[in-house]
Amino acid sequence: MSSTIVSLPDQSTARIPKTNFITKENGLLSWLLTGDHKRIAVLYLISITFFFAIGGALAGLIRLELLTPQTDLMATDTYNKVFTMHGVIMVFLFLVPSVPATLGNFLIPIMIGAKDLALPKINLLSWYLYVVGGILVIYTMASGGVDTGWTFTTPLSTHYVNTNVMSTGLAVFIAGFSSIFTGLNFIVTLHKMRCPGMTWFRLPLFCWAHYAASILMVLGTPVLAIAIVLIALERTVGIGVFDPAKGGDPLLFQHLFWFYSHPAVYIMILPGMGVISETISTFSRKRVFGYTAVAFSSVAIAVFGFFVWAHHMFIMGISNYAVLVFSLLTMLVAVPSAIKIFNWTFTLYKGSITFETPMLYSFGFMGLFTIGGMTGVFLGASGTDIHLTETYFIVAHFHFVMVGGMLMAFLAGIHFWWPKITGRMYPEKISQLAAVVTFIGFNLTFFPQFILGTLGMPRRYAAYPPEFQVLNVFSTAGATILGVGYLLPILYLTWSLKYGEIAGNNPWQATGLEWQIQSPPLTENFIETPIMDHEAYDYEWLERQKATEVASVG
Amino acid sequence: MSDSPAIANGAVAADHHEHPAYQRHHFHSVEQQADTTNFAMWLFLLTEIMFFGGLFTAYLIFRNWYYPAFVEASHQLNIFWGTANTAVLISSSFTMAMGVWSAEMRRKGTLVLCLVLTFILGLIFLGIKTIEYSEKIEKHHVPGFHYSLQSFTNPASDPEIYKEYHDKPMALDMARHTELYFFLYFAMTGMHALHMIIGIAILGFMILRARAGAYTTGHVTFVENFGLYWHFVDIIWIFLFPLLYLISRHQ
Repeated sequence: MSSTIVSLPDQSTARIPKTNFITKENGLLSWLLTGDHKRIAVLYLISITFFFAIGGALAGLIRLELLTPQTDLMATDTYNKVFTMHGVIMVFLFLVPSVPATLGNFLIPIMIGAKDLALPKINLLSWYLYVVGGILVIYTMASGGVDTGWTFTTPLSTHYVNTNVMSTGLAVFIAGFSSIFTGLNFIVTLHKMRCPGMTWFRLPLFCWAHYAASILMVLGTPVLAIAIVLIALERTVGIGVFDPAKGGDPLLFQHLFWFYSHPAVYIMILPGMGVISETISTFSRKRVFGYTAVAFSSVAIAVFGFFVWAHHMFIMGISNYAVLVFSLLTMLVAVPSAIKIFNWTFTLYKGSITFETPMLYSFGFMGLFTIGGMTGVFLGASGTDIHLTETYFIVAHFHFVMVGGMLMAFLAGIHFWWPKITGRMYPEKISQLAAVVTFIGFNLTFFPQFILGTLGMPRRYAAYPPEFQVLNVFSTAGATILGVGYLLPILYLTWSLKYGEIAGNNPWQATGLEWQIQSPPLTENFIETPIMDHEAYDYEWLERQKATEVASVG
Repeated sequence: MSDSPAIANGAVAADHHEHPAYQRHHFHSVEQQADTTNFAMWLFLLTEIMFFGGLFTAYLIFRNWYYPAFVEASHQLNIFWGTANTAVLISSSFTMAMGVWSAEMRRKGTLVLCLVLTFILGLIFLGIKTIEYSEKIEKHHVPGFHYSLQSFTNPASDPEIYKEYHDKPMALDMARHTELYFFLYFAMTGMHALHMIIGIAILGFMILRARAGAYTTGHVTFVENFGLYWHFVDIIWIFLFPLLYLISRHQ
């Protein structure tokens, strides 16, 4: 049995198709005014990579400061600004749009056999809103930064800091609408634009995951928007809704903020889970085990996700009964998440597994997300939460989910669909190395933080007692390795744009509709509207297709 | 899949030529396009509900906590103008619905008339709102700008309102919560008015397009979707009116 499923066309004769979405039109304006979902996805990919680099550099500064117990690299208020900007950039400008706005944008219309998203102009508008939000964040940084933490906690954000809360708030507000429009577009597209024969239960699980995430974007983000409007009014006019001195309630802000921001973590992780469903199936040559269960577990996460927000507030003075209920509801979310992990594992069982880079990243995702998810159950239990909250345990937990989970999934997806997007393969060996380096670096960075948290090291401080130094040195060393792990793909993926091998239509022998068309695709995706006549992940169908192809050529 | 760009382009071009001009290239049929944009509009209105939902939540909490302050503060609102505005807005919804109907019936004259009437009624609503807002400014009832508690700690100092309701003087710590009421009043009606202004601007654009005959050729999606938006803004007001103006009316 061969150790790889990669099947590339003969490199001496293969060419990138002359007409494709990249070569269709030339010039900067043809990109900036495009309605093509694939071009918008590329625009998004470039912009989120830019902001990821900034956010990553800030993370580097944080780790460098924490190398020693003293505050020797920067002053404490600078440190506050650095971790705030790291959080704002990574959450609102990288994680939320990462998979949906790039891969989702590129693939959803193709996966369902449509020519474009339902609302191409709204799609472009969403990118422009993202860019305006991004520019405002850069303006915030250039003009002195903001130091409230990405959570804008009141009354700190409304009464006590005089940094750029307003411009950051506006940036988040605007970037929020970009996310609303993306989600709205996906829901409409998945409902109304499916090709003949593409029933809901023939959709790739990638689409189901995006559908669930989109529900969260559409219902959650407006609540964040109004919370930020109220913060802005509190700061400018002093309206008192969050000000206890005027009869207002700072807890109300927490409720409004986390009503969005807890579902937001599912906005970040669900699309990543969609990616994993595709890669696990392709690289084990099997239909995803329990397709329906995995599909509905995405929707279940979206629904449960709306009823757990108060677990961010266990120590903030909500009633004990509320704590009890939210604690139970929080643990309920673990069920659909576990369904996914178990089903992926069963998909691997007796599959013909090969270890291409996307699969390595997917394995990374499964391991790290499981740890991240399980520690989430620790934190959902109110007793343990009271001990662990506001410590590095929290930091480690959400970085395991967001970085270990989502970023791994993002990289898995980028590698997996890179040949489709660009028409060229990435270099296999070095990318496998990058996947391994990322995994090792990640664990070295964040695992010590679990221990630091249980030992009681609080988050958000620039200085710490000297006995914590050893573990912090581990963590900083890991961050360096992790940095290399992220730098490598940026370099070799750029390199592959010119020097990569020609990928052909279907280098992975995958079943999705996107693999049956040319790479890079035509602007209209399909020459004629496809008709879906088989289930998703039907590898026997693919074999029959190849057999008839050979027969007709012969 | 064909590798030949010539065939690919030919097929795409053949796919295109029999469409009406208003059908976007990525839809199979006008019905699909209408259906899709309609669905998108409903979803957008859903996000609007969530947006206003935050304010309604704040309102409900504070009304529960500071009920006496909310009652007395609501006495400051002018029920006559409020009712008049409700009537104006419902009428504008009627003219808008008639507009959608005349677009469907392809009656250009009636459509333009209905849109102009809706436009005017929208402006009347905003005019009346301006009268109400200026009353609040005169009495220093705008939170954050020299807010005055006099009307609540000493109701007799405000003879017009006192004559009607005979409110008792409130203790200072309850009276000052009227500021929260007025903040919510301005935030909710202000956000509503902002939606009206956006709606009126779009109406102006639609009137110009309708005179050029844009909506009476059988393609009514835009008018229909705008109608949904206009009715939504109307419904928000239908909730705001009793919540803000009629708090103590059942007693």
